[in-house]
Amino acid sequence: MSKVLPKVLLDKKDIDRSITRMSHEIIEKNRGIGSICLVGIQRGGVHIARRLARKLLEIEGTDIPVGILDIALYRDDITVRKEQPVIRRTEVPCEINNRRVVLVDDVLFTGRSIRAAMDAVMDLGRPAAIQLAVLVDRGHRELPIKADFVGKNIPTSREETVNVQLEEDMLEDRVIIA
Amino acid sequence: MTIIIRNGQVTDPSQGIDGICDIIVENGKIQEIKPQGAGHKPQPAKGRGQESKDGEATVIDAEGHLVLPGLIDMHVHLREPGFEYKETIKTGTAAAARGGITAVCCMPNTKPVNDNASITGFILGQARAEASCAVFPVGAITKGQKGEELAEFGLMHEAGCIAFSDDGRPVMDSLLMRRALEYSKILDLPVIAHCEDLTLAAGGVMNEGLLSVTLGLRGIPAQAEDIMVCRDIALAELTGGRLHIAHVSTKGSIDLIRSAKKRGIARITAETCPHYFHITEEAVRGYNTNAKVNPPLRTQQDIDAVREGLQDGTIDVIVTDHAPHHADEKRGEFDNAPFGISGIETSIGLSMKLVDDKVLTLNELVRKMAVIPAEILGLKNKGSLRPGADADVVILDTTKEFTVDPAGFLSKGKNTPFQGWVLRAAPVVTLAQGRIYRWD
Amino acid sequence: MSLQTKDLTGIKELSIGDIGLILETASGFKDILGRDIKKVPALRGKTTVNMFYEPSTRTRTSFELAAKRLSTDVISISVSTSSMVKGETLEDTARNVEALGADFIVIRHACSGTAHFLARHMRASVINAGDGTNEHPTQALLDLFTIQEKKGQIKGLTVAIVGDILHSRVAKSNIYGLLKLGAKVRLIGPPTLVPASLKALGVEVYYTMQDGLRDADIVMMLRIQTERQGKGFFPSPVEYFRNWGLTAARLEAAKKDVLVMHPGPMNRGVEIASDVADGARSVILEQVTNGLAVRMAVLYLLSGTKQ
Repeated sequence: MSKVLPKVLLDKKDIDRSITRMSHEIIEKNRGIGSICLVGIQRGGVHIARRLARKLLEIEGTDIPVGILDIALYRDDITVRKEQPVIRRTEVPCEINNRRVVLVDDVLFTGRSIRAAMDAVMDLGRPAAIQLAVLVDRGHRELPIKADFVGKNIPTSREETVNVQLEEDMLEDRVIIA
Repeated sequence: MTIIIRNGQVTDPSQGIDGICDIIVENGKIQEIKPQGAGHKPQPAKGRGQESKDGEATVIDAEGHLVLPGLIDMHVHLREPGFEYKETIKTGTAAAARGGITAVCCMPNTKPVNDNASITGFILGQARAEASCAVFPVGAITKGQKGEELAEFGLMHEAGCIAFSDDGRPVMDSLLMRRALEYSKILDLPVIAHCEDLTLAAGGVMNEGLLSVTLGLRGIPAQAEDIMVCRDIALAELTGGRLHIAHVSTKGSIDLIRSAKKRGIARITAETCPHYFHITEEAVRGYNTNAKVNPPLRTQQDIDAVREGLQDGTIDVIVTDHAPHHADEKRGEFDNAPFGISGIETSIGLSMKLVDDKVLTLNELVRKMAVIPAEILGLKNKGSLRPGADADVVILDTTKEFTVDPAGFLSKGKNTPFQGWVLRAAPVVTLAQGRIYRWD
Repeated sequence: MSLQTKDLTGIKELSIGDIGLILETASGFKDILGRDIKKVPALRGKTTVNMFYEPSTRTRTSFELAAKRLSTDVISISVSTSSMVKGETLEDTARNVEALGADFIVIRHACSGTAHFLARHMRASVINAGDGTNEHPTQALLDLFTIQEKKGQIKGLTVAIVGDILHSRVAKSNIYGLLKLGAKVRLIGPPTLVPASLKALGVEVYYTMQDGLRDADIVMMLRIQTERQGKGFFPSPVEYFRNWGLTAARLEAAKKDVLVMHPGPMNRGVEIASDVADGARSVILEQVTNGLAVRMAVLYLLSGTKQ
C-alpha cells in the first residue's frame, strides 16, 4: 500500500501573514476592538484565538479578552456516535451580554461545529453580535454558515482531510492536506 | 409377563453381586439373576437397551451398561395437593423414573399439609392412578406443620405414611420434638428432622459470610443448622427414638453426627444432596435464584466435610430434596424467590461423579442410593435385585457424556444451578411399577 | 469516551478507569451548574424514567434534575402510585416503561440485586439508585468526587466509615470505591453492625471511636435507622450516640483538616452532633451539589455506549 504524503498548503510564514491580515480585518470591520471578545473553539481554535489576540495587542495596543469554548454538549451527532465526545474546559473571562463575540476556529468545513458553538455562546449570555474567524475555509458547507474573516480559502474534496499543526502543540507550524 | 435384561454389568450390594448377569423378571418381581461368568459369550448386541422378543419374553439388551436396583429418593417434594402449578405426582414421578429413581418419599408440605389420613389417602390414590414410580408419603410431625401439636402418627401410618417430618420447617419447640421422637417409637418409624434454628436464620436467603455481605443478601449462618442438629441428636439420645437428619450441609453437622454415631446411644441416620457435595455459595453470585436453596449452598470446607462424611459412613444416604418451582417464581428479585433446586433428574449423574472422584466405590454409591434407604424405611422388597424383590431396575449408560439441559426435564421445575454441566451417567431404561420406561 | 458497560449496577463492577472517567466528566458538569443557564442540550430527545420502589426525596430529586439539566424527558414513578401494588412484577413494569421509550431506567428497590436483574433483561441503560443492602454507586461516586476535589487525590488517605455498615449500601459502595482507588478504609461501629468478614477485603475494623478516628483524613457518617433498634443490633439511640456518635470532642482525634461527610438524611443527635454537622469541617451540603454533577456525568457517559 503506497503512503500518500501530505501536501503542505500553508507554511509558517503563510500562517503568520494570514493571522496579521485577519487581525487588520477584524479591526476594520468592528471600527476598533473595544467591545470585542475572542472565543476559541476547543480544540483547534484556541491557539489561533490567542495568536489573534497577541497580534491585535501589537497593532492596537489593546488587550482583548480571549475565551475558550467546548462544544461537545451541543453537538448534533450525539445520538449517532458510538462514543460520547470528550468534554473539555469552557472558560470565558468576560461578560457575554452585549459583547461582540468573535468565534475562532482552525478549519471551517460543514459548519456544524459553528452552529453548536453559537448555541453554546447563546447559553452563556446574549451577545450583541457573533462573528466568525477561521484560518482555513475548505468548503462543503451543510448549513448556511459563512466566515467573516478567512485566512485562506482552500478548495478540497470531501474525502481529503485538512490538518492545522501549530508550534503550541509541539509541531511545526503548517497546514497540510491528505 | 416375562422380561429378560441381558448382559448388563449388574451391581447389587445387597447380594454382593458385581458382574455381567442376566436378570429375569416375572410379573413385576425379580425371579432370577444368572451370572454370565468367565465362559460367557456376549450375545450379539442389538443396540443400547433395545427391546426384542424371545418367544413370549421381552428382552432388553443391556450390553455395556450398568444395571442397578432402582434408586430410592427419600426426600422429594411432589407438590400435590395444592401446588400443582409447580409439579404434580404424575410429572414428579415421571421425572423420578427418568432419573432412574423407582421409589420416592414425598414430603408433607403440600396444601393442605399431609397431617392426616385423608390427605395421605389422596396422595396414594393419585399415585396409583398416575405415578411412574412407587410413592411413599411422609406425614407431618405437627398439625399443619405449625409446630404446636403432634399430628396423628398412627392414623397416618395406617393410611400409608412411612416416616414423619415437618420438612420445609423445623420443629422449633424442643419439648414437642422430644415428644415426637418418643411417640414415634410405638411405630418404629424415623422422624426426619429439618434442622434449622429459625431465630438465627432470621429471614436469611444464602449462606452467611463475606459473599452475603458483599451481595447485600441476608445470611444464614452455618450454626443455624449445627445448633439444631446438636439438639436433635441430644433428644434422640434422651428418647431412644429414630432420628434421620435431612439435607446435611455443614462441616459442623457432620462432626456432630460422626461423634454421635461413635457414641452409639441413639439410632441416627443422615442424608445429603448432590448440591452439597458439588457447589458452593459462589453459585449465587450474580443473584442466581437457581442457586437459592435451604439449607443454603455453603463453602468449600463444607463440601469437603460432606464428601468425607459420605466416605466414612457418617452420611448414610443420598437424596435430592427435589424442590420444583414455577419459572415465574424464580424470576425476579432474589429475596422473593422461593428456595429449592429441581434435582431429581440430575441426581444419579451428579452422584456418579463421586465414583469418578474416588470418594465412593460404585458399590458404596448404590448402597447409599438404594440399599440403605430401603433399610431405613423398612421397604423389604426394594433397593435390591434379590429373587422375590420388586422388579425396580435402572439400566445406565455410563459411557456417553451429556449436558444438563433443564428445558428437557420431565419435571415442571426447571430450576437447577447445574445447567450446562457435563455428566456421564444417564438412565436408558427404567423398570418400575411393572412398566418399562425407555429414555433416549 | 464512554463507560465499558451499558449499565451502572455497582462500584464492584466498575473498572478503576471508568471511575476516573466519571469523576473527570463530573468536573466538567460542575462548571455548568455554576452558570445562569444550567442546561445543555446534550441528551435532548432521550427519556429517563425513575422507578423508585422505596421512598426517596433527595436521590430522586437529584436524578430528576440531572436528567433535566441534560435536556432528557424525565418521568418519576414511585411505588405507591404504580401498578406494583396491583401485583405486577418488577420485570413487567420495567418492560412497560421500556416500551414507552425509556433510554435510562433509574431504579431504587428494597431487594439487593434488583439493578443486576433489570440490567440483564432490559435494553435500556439501568442505573442503580440503591438496591436493598447491596450498593448505591452514584452516592459513592459523589463521595469520591467530593474527597478528590478537596484533597487532590484519594490514594493514601485514611477514611473512617462509621455506623451501620451491615445494612448500608452507601457504605459498601464507598468501601469498594475507596479500596479500588487506594485509600485506607476503617470501619467503626458496634460489632452487631460491622461484619468482621469484611476484613478479608483489606479494611480495618474498630469498635471504638477513639481508636478508629485517630489521624483520619475523612470521617463518613452513616445514618442510623432507628427502626432497626428493635432487632437487637443496639439497645437504644441514646446508647448508640454515647458510643459512636460523632461529637466535636471525638473529632479531635482525627487530623486537623479532616472532612466530615454524611449521605443524608441526618439524624441529629443520634449519629452526629449538630455542631459537627454544621461545622467548618463538614462538606455535607457540597456532597449534594456534587451529586448532581456526578449523576449528569453518569447519564452522559452511559448514553455513549451502544450494546
